[in-house]
Amino acid sequence: AFPRRVKVVEVAPRDGLQNEKNIVPTPVKIELINMLSETGLQVIEATSFVSPKWVPQMADHTEVMQGINKLPGISYPVLTPNLKGFQAAVAAGAKEVSIFGAASELFTKKNINCSIAESLERFNEVMAAARAASVPVRGYVSCVLGCPYEGKISAAKVAEVSKKMYAMGCYEISLGDTIGVGTPGSMKEMLTAVMKEVPVGALAVHCHDTYGQALANILVALQMGVSVVDASVAGLGGCPYAQGASGNVATEDLVYMLNGMGIHTGVDLQKLMDTGTFICNALNRRTNSKVSQASCRL
Amino acid sequence: QDSQVPGLPEYIKIVEVGPRDGLQNEKVIVPTDIKIELINRLSKTGLPAIEVTSFVSSKWVPQMADHKEVMRGIERHPGVRYPVLTPNLQGFHSAIAAGATEVSVFGAASESFSKMNINCSIEESIEKFEEVARSARNMNIPVRGYVSCALGCPYEGNIIPAKVAEVSKRLYGMGCYEISLGDTIGVGTPGSMKKMLEAVMKEIPLSALAVHCHDTYGQALANILTAIQMGVAVVDSSVAGLGGCPYAKGATGNVATEDVIYMLNGLGINTGVNLYTVMEAGNFICAALNKKTNSKVAQASFNTGTIN
Repeated sequence: AFPRRVKVVEVAPRDGLQNEKNIVPTPVKIELINMLSETGLQVIEATSFVSPKWVPQMADHTEVMQGINKLPGISYPVLTPNLKGFQAAVAAGAKEVSIFGAASELFTKKNINCSIAESLERFNEVMAAARAASVPVRGYVSCVLGCPYEGKISAAKVAEVSKKMYAMGCYEISLGDTIGVGTPGSMKEMLTAVMKEVPVGALAVHCHDTYGQALANILVALQMGVSVVDASVAGLGGCPYAQGASGNVATEDLVYMLNGMGIHTGVDLQKLMDTGTFICNALNRRTNSKVSQASCRL
Repeated sequence: QDSQVPGLPEYIKIVEVGPRDGLQNEKVIVPTDIKIELINRLSKTGLPAIEVTSFVSSKWVPQMADHKEVMRGIERHPGVRYPVLTPNLQGFHSAIAAGATEVSVFGAASESFSKMNINCSIEESIEKFEEVARSARNMNIPVRGYVSCALGCPYEGNIIPAKVAEVSKRLYGMGCYEISLGDTIGVGTPGSMKKMLEAVMKEIPLSALAVHCHDTYGQALANILTAIQMGVAVVDSSVAGLGGCPYAKGATGNVATEDVIYMLNGLGINTGVNLYTVMEAGNFICAALNKKTNSKVAQASFNTGTIN
């Protein structure tokens, strides 16, 4: 049986834009988030408090955080890779943060130049500060179904990292198929292992559509009781590991599927598509959402 | 290939429709020798069935005007079936004369679609197919039946599962060995797929069912997964996702064979098909059509240089 409701976590303004080539002006980012706030989405990842040297797209994090309309009932989490980022985020008005771990040693080394254990140590500081400030923390685990450097990733490793992040105090663990190589087979195997360590109510899936498998993988996750799904409007955000390939699954396509299954999301698909149209025009690119493409009868 | 997930079919037959359904819905007219080359390449991938062409009037479907030359020109690999479309008795005889050893007939679960597509009612079309089925039976030629608009119609919108079951039953009853249920405009979701299959499975044995999903709304693989979880073991697909949707300009149509195989490999399901050789065939036809592939697996693989 499927969950009756699914919480959709919208990641376009952060994960999506971060992986787009064109730098988006601050007012456009703010407009994007404001439009998303009108669609019924309950969680919109707004920006990342990371050094602009590493992620130029997110250099305007303070202005974005301070510039957006924060509607009641909607959460606007931001990424905070370390204590400094956390403090800047809270100072800018953030009420929820996210931290990013990985199930691959090589990926962690290449991405943030330390081991998995060291990265979790850094997060301890963030967790302590967050606890003191009553700020909820969402944990991400990257490479859960495969790594661009290591290849296959063991389900046991994913379970181990998830368990640690949950024990540290993350209220939710988002399991990310970072390069989109997963299939319903590997998704099932991975979730079976993780669900032994983390309650399914605290799990989310973050599927990339690089190999076209995202919705099938999400379907399997739903069948296993997962009821939180990350997605990106217009499927914004290519894959940095496969030039020209797609990345995030499109929120429109996800909501279309959930609607068809009678699963409640609270999201207005038309308003979502309009938001996708807006940001694609601003980025001067075509949408990656098939629902959006199909619905434009030219 | 990963180890098998319990509860799913061990083997799934993939029916490759790129050369017919795919090319028929491509704008560019493809030269005969390119069509033949495509089919010959597909014959070497392990695909058990390749829909070759359509014996329909070239006035209606110019892309398929060279049906005789294609049928006569292709290599026939042992163990591979080469069905062709035959909308009526005339087409059937023409197909047999050209060397066809299997044919397909196309019904629809929507009266409006039937009228708009072939200018007759569902009942009238069934009568035509019965003529074909009778001749085919006399000559020991297997007939595959298609039901279009199984999950929605571009004119009528919603299609009731009972109607799909009724049309499927008629086609099966006249002797079609397999019924391919087509989500013609790709509007289906796991919800509607399940309901439709439940209704059809009351009338047709599971082993005689196939799904033909379009990816116009990105739902194809999720719908196919739902079908195989219900025991369906035959899936239609099109190399490189050839064939746009004639009802939504610029939108995609057929699901890409490469993406289907990638998923089935990951589920530990045997297909007998070599993914890499299918990608190469896809690469070939896309270059010939001067277009980008619709297969995400092909896009990702050619850009990283590896297959995961």
